[in-house]
Amino acid sequence: MIKVTIDNITIEVAEGTTILEATRKIGGKIVPPAMCWYSKLKGSGGKCRTCLVRVAESSAKDPRPMPKLVASCSTPVQDGMVVQNTTSQEVLDARKAIVEFLLINHPLDCPVCDQAGECDLQDLSFEHGVVETRSEEDRREFPVIDIGDSIKLHMNRCILCYRCVFTADQLTDKRVHGVLYRGDAAEISTYIQNVIDNDFSGNVIDVCPVGALTDRTFRFRSRVWFLEPMDAHRECRKCSGKVTAWMFGNEIYRITGRKDQYGELEEFICNECRFEKKDRNDWVIEGPRKIKRQSVISANHYEKLIKPSVIQPIEGKMGKKEEKT
Amino acid sequence: MSGMIDHHLHIKENKPVAFSDATLEKIGVIISHYPEGQQKSALLPVLHIAQQELGGYLSVDVMDRVASLLNIQPVEVYEVATFYTMFHLEPVGKYVIEVCQTGPCAICGGEQILEHLEKSLGINVGETTPDGIFTLKTVECLGACGTAPVMQVNTEFHESLTAEKIDRIIGDLKEKSNGKTSEVRWAELF
Amino acid sequence: MGRAVLTEKIGIPGIRGFDVYRSNGGYRNAEKALKEMTPADVGKEVTKSGLRGRGGAGFPTGLKWSFLDRKSDKPKYLICNADESEPGTFKDRYLMEHLPHLLIEGIIISSYALGVKSCYIYVRGEFKYIIAILQKAIGEAYQNKMLGQNILGTNFSLDIFLHPGGGAYICGEETALLESLEGKRGNPRIKPPFPAFRGLYNCPTMVNNVETLAAVAPIIGMGGNTYASIGIGKSTGTKLMSACGNINKPGVYEIDLGLPVEDFLYSEEYCGGIKNGKYLKAVVPGGSSVPVLPADLIVHTQKGDKRLLSYESLAEGGFETGSMLGSGGFIVYDEDACMVRNTWNFTRFYRHESCGQCSPCREGTAWMEPILRRIEEGKGKKKEIDLLVSIADKIEGNTICPFGDAAAWPVSSAIRHFRKEFEFHVEHPDIVKNINHGSLIRYI
Repeated sequence: MIKVTIDNITIEVAEGTTILEATRKIGGKIVPPAMCWYSKLKGSGGKCRTCLVRVAESSAKDPRPMPKLVASCSTPVQDGMVVQNTTSQEVLDARKAIVEFLLINHPLDCPVCDQAGECDLQDLSFEHGVVETRSEEDRREFPVIDIGDSIKLHMNRCILCYRCVFTADQLTDKRVHGVLYRGDAAEISTYIQNVIDNDFSGNVIDVCPVGALTDRTFRFRSRVWFLEPMDAHRECRKCSGKVTAWMFGNEIYRITGRKDQYGELEEFICNECRFEKKDRNDWVIEGPRKIKRQSVISANHYEKLIKPSVIQPIEGKMGKKEEKT
Repeated sequence: MSGMIDHHLHIKENKPVAFSDATLEKIGVIISHYPEGQQKSALLPVLHIAQQELGGYLSVDVMDRVASLLNIQPVEVYEVATFYTMFHLEPVGKYVIEVCQTGPCAICGGEQILEHLEKSLGINVGETTPDGIFTLKTVECLGACGTAPVMQVNTEFHESLTAEKIDRIIGDLKEKSNGKTSEVRWAELF
Repeated sequence: MGRAVLTEKIGIPGIRGFDVYRSNGGYRNAEKALKEMTPADVGKEVTKSGLRGRGGAGFPTGLKWSFLDRKSDKPKYLICNADESEPGTFKDRYLMEHLPHLLIEGIIISSYALGVKSCYIYVRGEFKYIIAILQKAIGEAYQNKMLGQNILGTNFSLDIFLHPGGGAYICGEETALLESLEGKRGNPRIKPPFPAFRGLYNCPTMVNNVETLAAVAPIIGMGGNTYASIGIGKSTGTKLMSACGNINKPGVYEIDLGLPVEDFLYSEEYCGGIKNGKYLKAVVPGGSSVPVLPADLIVHTQKGDKRLLSYESLAEGGFETGSMLGSGGFIVYDEDACMVRNTWNFTRFYRHESCGQCSPCREGTAWMEPILRRIEEGKGKKKEIDLLVSIADKIEGNTICPFGDAAAWPVSSAIRHFRKEFEFHVEHPDIVKNINHGSLIRYI
């Protein structure tokens, strides 16, 4: 075990742990945001730069600071390392800059985006962004395309985190989409008319931090914050069958994998569970899913609701924002 | 420059892709330059060969054939072909003229050279002459700044350009346009 | 005046061929290394020589070599970085075109020192005719048992393979080059791990520039100490400078490091002064990525000392009043050159060449470029000049690879030293719309 100090908190971690993983062990506000790194996807990380931190002391052996800010997701800790995240103004300034970069070409179409309410970029901008944009350039636009019956690709919203590419690489043996072209013209694409079609392809929706890849079987059916996420399971031959069912009354609006407090899937689920099982009777409902993150979904205080069957839609209203049971 | 980017989806035509036996043998040699299991390393050289020998650009069919030769997924080829500027994804003229526009060439008249070419070929940058002989493109630094301005015609360099020199080069190319190009074959370089 | 260490044999007719090279003392240094020295001895001489990476970073070669994970039981690779693409730089091309066997000799010695059995020369694809020259030279070296099994009758064996790039400046960055060599997009890798531990195919890998590897041959010949006695301070030896732009004699020149910039610029032996008798306006001394310096600061430092062509002297004054030696791509601008147009031009280059992998570089270069274009066309706003400085500042240091810095420095330095010219563009749209106003600026 080696010692690392992050924002004045010292913790012991196993050798090979990254700075970001160490912060997650500590938890709380000192955990840097991660838009591209995904613990379950090998090779991910380093690209979005939102998790940049300052290494004030490299190690006990070599206490010199690192010359530049480093991506905490891909920098392993060393014994005696001292890291600054929220305690460094330089880091906070850099993060603000990164958010600005990520937003200059991101369409501000949250009102019509299905990801709104559970969007990592929305949360990130809320926490670290600035109100005004300094960019007067036209935003980059791409045509919207369907990749298969169940997945829609809004390239405009993509921040090129590469997570969906790693997912396809690591869950399936025949990846048909990738990052094509380069620079600011780079895009996620299949290059030819093609469908992403295999038993686990739907997971690209869950790993997408923004609304670039969305579930066509759910699109525009409801705002996520009007729905109650419920842990549910079923017998499934392809995956664990453990999912989150997003419900309104007795109706299942959509199925996703179960996400942890950092928005990462606990397990990847199969397309049959995700896209085809929308009947209440397909599932055993376990109870409310904890959504710990600072997202608007949590504002509904749904957690205290005991059983989905007791929820009655209020006449004329889709949700129960005022209702605090 | 921002605004709509439409990399349209390409069509697989399922046309036969026929490398000659000699070229296939050469590709085998190239693959042997890399350790076993690392045949993907041969992708760039094989794409150069494919583009030169199979129509001047990389069609989906050609790229899919390259993928099967190297035992990789087609998308792995598309990812690479769209990243590097030497690969053409759409049909081009017999001679692709690429004029350097980067700083050192620009201050030595590179921009005027481009204008001159547009006028004398009667096309704009990015276009191909109606007879299919010339495609005019711009390119970033070719690493020949000491002999600026420069351009390449299908990877053959032409340096210290002047309007007169260009007229001569274009004239020569037009004359030769029915015959075979004198270009070095990529397949011979390995 | 200039000593020819690398280019000593360049004038000999037929030197591109093996026989002429060999009969003029070529491969004698390889013979010395393989037969009379241990690999460690070779490494020591290179360390003593003070040779620094000639691709642009200027990192001490001996030290870099010492990082290679020799204990690993995996194969070790040497990669010769011949992806010369830095605007203003064309020295490696010159070296490979005229002295291909010098490069091969340098590679043999370096591979011997590093315990490498396979070397790949990654040549930018546009240099197809260079690939042909190298291929012929490598073939000759094999025929003459200078490559392959048991070189010169020793136990040492080495294969060299040529690998063409596909047109991407970023592949000059060593980890992007490795990705490219593996048949992938040229996306730089996240470091650590460094290539010396996990490089090509996850094996220990050393990536060195053409000029660096070529210099190893004469270093073994003359000894590290003798090489180190050339030059000044920590800038030892000779350097190939590629001079271009508005000068009388553009070309590649071998200089002793430490040569005063003024001498290089004005002497008949080198650049021969500014073309058409004009005044000097600015110089980008080390390839497009390094900060531009105005005439007064390139000839003398802020302190008033003579500015020398050395790593230290060019950096004197930091980014406020200094620049960098970089790759030695010496771009000269005369009084008529428009610094706004040039800055826009370079930024367009960086936008075009960004791999697009990390957000500050992808979004930042694509943000700066249209702003600069507007200013150049007389459609800019004054506040956009500061916006550019701010964007450049936010790209710098926050990216995966040094490309971000390389894209930011030309912008911030041009505005630092030529702000008036940017303001002139904003304030006189009618004038700048129609003419290249370079000389006008001198009178404002």
